[in-house]
Amino acid sequence: MEHLRTPKVENVHLLDRSSGQRRASVGTLYLSATHSIFVEDNPETRKETWVLHSMVNSVEMPSNSPAGSQLILRCKDFRVLQILIPQERDCLDIHASLVRLSRPEKYSELYCLSFNPNVNKEEREESWSFIDLMSDYRRMGVPNNLWVMTAANSEYRVCDTYPSELFVPKSAAPTIITGSSRFRSRGRFPVLSYFHQDTLAAVCRCSQPLSGFSGRCQEDEMMLQAVMRSNPGSDFIYVVDTRPKLNAMANRAAGKGYENEDHYTNIKLQFIGIENIHVMRSSQQKIIDVGEMRSPSMTDFLWGLENSGWLKHIKAILDAGVFIARAVADEGISVLVHCSDGWDRTTQACSVASLLLDPYYRTIRGLMVLIEKDWISFGHKFSHRYAHLDGDPKEVSPVMDQFLECVWQLSEQFPCAFEFNERFLLTIHTHVYSCQYGTFLGNSQRERKELRLPERTHSVWSQLWKDRVDFRNPLFKADLSQSQRVLRPNTTPYCFKMWKGLYSHIDKSMPPCQSPADFLSAMREESQQLEEELTNHQEVPPGGAAHHHPGSRQEDSGADRAANRVGED
Amino acid sequence: MEFAELIKTPRVDGVVLHRPFMPTVEGTLCLTGHHLILSSRQDNTEELWLLHSNIDSIEKRFVGSLGSIIVKCKDLRVIQLDIPGMEECLNIASSIEALSTLDSVSLMYPFFYRPMFEVIEDGWNSFLPEDAFKDLESMTDEWRLSEVNKDFSVCPSYPALVAVPKDVNDDTLRKVATFRHSGRFPILSYYHKKNGMVMMRAGQPLTGTNGRRCKEDEKLINATLRPGKRGYIIDTRTINVAQQAKARGGGFESEANYPQWRRIHKAIERANILQESLIKLVEACNDQSHSMDRWLSKLEASNWQTHVKEILTTACLAAQCIDREGASVLVHGTDGTDSTLQVTSLAQIILDPACRTIRGFQSLVEREWLQAGHPFQQRCAQSAYSNSKPRQEAPVFLLFLDCVWQILRQFPCSFEFSESLLVLLFEHAYASQFGTFLGNSAAERTKLSLPEKTVSLWSWVNRPQELERLTNPLYEANSLVIWPSVAPQSLLLWEGVFLRWNRSSKCLDEAYEEMVHIIEYNKELQNKVNSLRRQLAQLETEDPLLKTS
Repeated sequence: MEHLRTPKVENVHLLDRSSGQRRASVGTLYLSATHSIFVEDNPETRKETWVLHSMVNSVEMPSNSPAGSQLILRCKDFRVLQILIPQERDCLDIHASLVRLSRPEKYSELYCLSFNPNVNKEEREESWSFIDLMSDYRRMGVPNNLWVMTAANSEYRVCDTYPSELFVPKSAAPTIITGSSRFRSRGRFPVLSYFHQDTLAAVCRCSQPLSGFSGRCQEDEMMLQAVMRSNPGSDFIYVVDTRPKLNAMANRAAGKGYENEDHYTNIKLQFIGIENIHVMRSSQQKIIDVGEMRSPSMTDFLWGLENSGWLKHIKAILDAGVFIARAVADEGISVLVHCSDGWDRTTQACSVASLLLDPYYRTIRGLMVLIEKDWISFGHKFSHRYAHLDGDPKEVSPVMDQFLECVWQLSEQFPCAFEFNERFLLTIHTHVYSCQYGTFLGNSQRERKELRLPERTHSVWSQLWKDRVDFRNPLFKADLSQSQRVLRPNTTPYCFKMWKGLYSHIDKSMPPCQSPADFLSAMREESQQLEEELTNHQEVPPGGAAHHHPGSRQEDSGADRAANRVGED
Repeated sequence: MEFAELIKTPRVDGVVLHRPFMPTVEGTLCLTGHHLILSSRQDNTEELWLLHSNIDSIEKRFVGSLGSIIVKCKDLRVIQLDIPGMEECLNIASSIEALSTLDSVSLMYPFFYRPMFEVIEDGWNSFLPEDAFKDLESMTDEWRLSEVNKDFSVCPSYPALVAVPKDVNDDTLRKVATFRHSGRFPILSYYHKKNGMVMMRAGQPLTGTNGRRCKEDEKLINATLRPGKRGYIIDTRTINVAQQAKARGGGFESEANYPQWRRIHKAIERANILQESLIKLVEACNDQSHSMDRWLSKLEASNWQTHVKEILTTACLAAQCIDREGASVLVHGTDGTDSTLQVTSLAQIILDPACRTIRGFQSLVEREWLQAGHPFQQRCAQSAYSNSKPRQEAPVFLLFLDCVWQILRQFPCSFEFSESLLVLLFEHAYASQFGTFLGNSAAERTKLSLPEKTVSLWSWVNRPQELERLTNPLYEANSLVIWPSVAPQSLLLWEGVFLRWNRSSKCLDEAYEEMVHIIEYNKELQNKVNSLRRQLAQLETEDPLLKTS
């Protein structure tokens, strides 16, 4: 391995505060092509700490201390590892190697291309077909007599950042589609994101129009008309521009901008005010710093939280989702969402809205489908945003982190409405950055196809599905109204909390605190075993234990519901 | 005085009640001597029964001839009553105002309340000092129960019986009392069974500017030290505040006179500052129009969370001295009736698993707050909405409950009681049909004959149906010392109190029910399986053939 100068250093001190360590442990540090591995000397524990090179965000070498040279590894999951190496030369070597290894320049250097779990070819192919987007569109009822699949983008002819299979209003002829795409940034014309069967209203997405101060495009106007006509009975649509109005106006000078309400007669324009990726990047750095503060005062902490602006941004994204969900579910009005390019804020707003509207997306599999649909297939630029390759640091931004946090904030308000737990969100967060699987690699469907990822890498979804027992929320209850219907979250500022699971490792360094969720999960598991034991006992004929078979809880409640319904009739 | 004189209009029809997150109710408003009642006179509609003593302040608004009264309660709830007719509205408002600010204790509702439930155990006798001392005697013979204060003359805010070192006689105690603020000489607060260390509490020593000393005081507290051991004095005030106290005759223990003690100063704020903090916090919580920045900055400016952190930190320090350093501790501030009690009671929650049971917690509140002379009546006379100039009001007890909630949230399986008990105590400390929190000291309660004339809150709580409601389903008894995290990231706003009326709790309630369901279902299955196992075992003994099958 060309980048490995020193594969092994002994007598290294490691302090990993995020995993609850208070004192450094002594051991040997190994460098492999993919991982840094630290093995404790203590013969009893021989504890191993593995850090994937692609999870390393930065490697710092602060000034030397008498005991040796220091390295500080900051990881993309916000862990911070402090390493002390006795010889300065070794430290310099390790530093140089890690700097290079943590910044791969080509996709071929990424871990997912060498990662080889013990599965055969068929299993790998299956893993890639585990999530099937077309079946999700069928689940929401499309195609139908309002929305149809278009072949306009096959071979990515019209828009190279869109998927090849797209749903558009039935009345939108191919000329309208191509005309509209020429009038939109990056050719990202209005397409269906989510169809709400109850009201027939839809959530659609696109990028900003290239209107400048006075430009207009007949096909684009017809396209928005068509979106409206695909919602029978409505006489307008909302166009949600997720940017602050000032930013949208500034874009007009560059020949871009937003829809002129005089030209589009059937629209109501709504600005939401989600800030751009650069603001978000610096905001997140501030909240990471808040999480890392060592014994701050309450004032330092709250001031830091306010000053980071992070929760304000999370609230703005949730507010966007709430606006869209309300329009669709309560007013029955379709919504067209865009920002500038339509792949960051638009993605956040649409996916949060879908999560609020449709309980399916609140299940373990459903969240995977939602991310696959709104994020991966619609060309959210994962490799740029999460710095999979060494590149422009200005392209990096925690867009997905914010979506996952919105989901977490919602799960705090609706503890029974989500099938998955916090661990699921954190695991997805890790893999968005880790490059261990091919799922999040690349910036568009087209790129992924060109990289032949399904043949060369594994998909994370089937792995997460295999591990789903770990990701289950014990309180999830599918038959509650909070689980079945549209979620109506309270977005008053006091309803938002700092996401400690992601940003603060303070509690982990405390003696084990108790987690009610783990306690309840264990209890549910035990109950299941008891149920099995009961069934077995009852199969023994003598004894006459005429206990009623308890059945599973879901069955019970299902039966109750059915009984109630009969009663009501 | 007759209440009737204060009630100008006892009844108004067509009144509309608005409450957050609940449908409006139209009905008849009635005023009685102690209650404001709104009844729709229809079945199934919840009526409003509000104790006048729960009303913190009211505001009147008029639109044409329709008047509205906004009633702000001590439990932080805000409701609005629309009353047709200006005169009726004014009459009702002035009556409420008069009835909610009655000065005389003996006119309070507990003296009129007759229980509608069967009293199984009289709460007034549930937690007597002599019983607590019996427990202590079973662990150590180094302490005795002194009757020096039996007529409340040595220390008016102490109970009649106090635990003191065995070798210190009553005469010494009397002398020490003259050297301590309000006569609060050092007494036993907690005995740590694990290592025999103790926590004592007192009022500040009256050293004054010229460094007065009292040999008896030194002797008393030194009597609690093991030979060659040092103890810790935790002064809840900063060194500056303690210095300033000298000018008013107070002070602190000097190194020269107390060489066996190490003094540590902390920074728990005084009553009036805490009250201001509560007012600011509640104001921030009630304004839903805030932007995120404004909310966070108001939360910060209220300083409430800072107080929570400071109190918990000090309690942890006391607990650490005892459990980790193996040293005895004396805690005091100025009076020894506020911050001192916050620290001593929270340290016991940390150290003593018994205090985390329902009964143990009641006993703790009785010992460390009621018997210890926390002036509940003064402190809880007004809450966050009061317009009148604050006198002695302060949320000292509420802060204690908040700190307990923080620990409970961090150790959700270590407490037998749930958050509901804490909320219940908050409510009853400020307004109650029970006599428990009336008066400022044991002496006052005796004088008011509360045990004879009123019902104890504990009589109500310690009934099976109420206990069930207050029980934490996650509880699993453990004998551990629990160390809470006091990092700001770990301390949250107590939503159950401060956001209680500002958001719908439906989804959280459902989650709680689901949690209870999971646990109960598990118990039920275990019982079934166990009974089947027994039957099987029995069959096996009866029919040897089954064994082989």
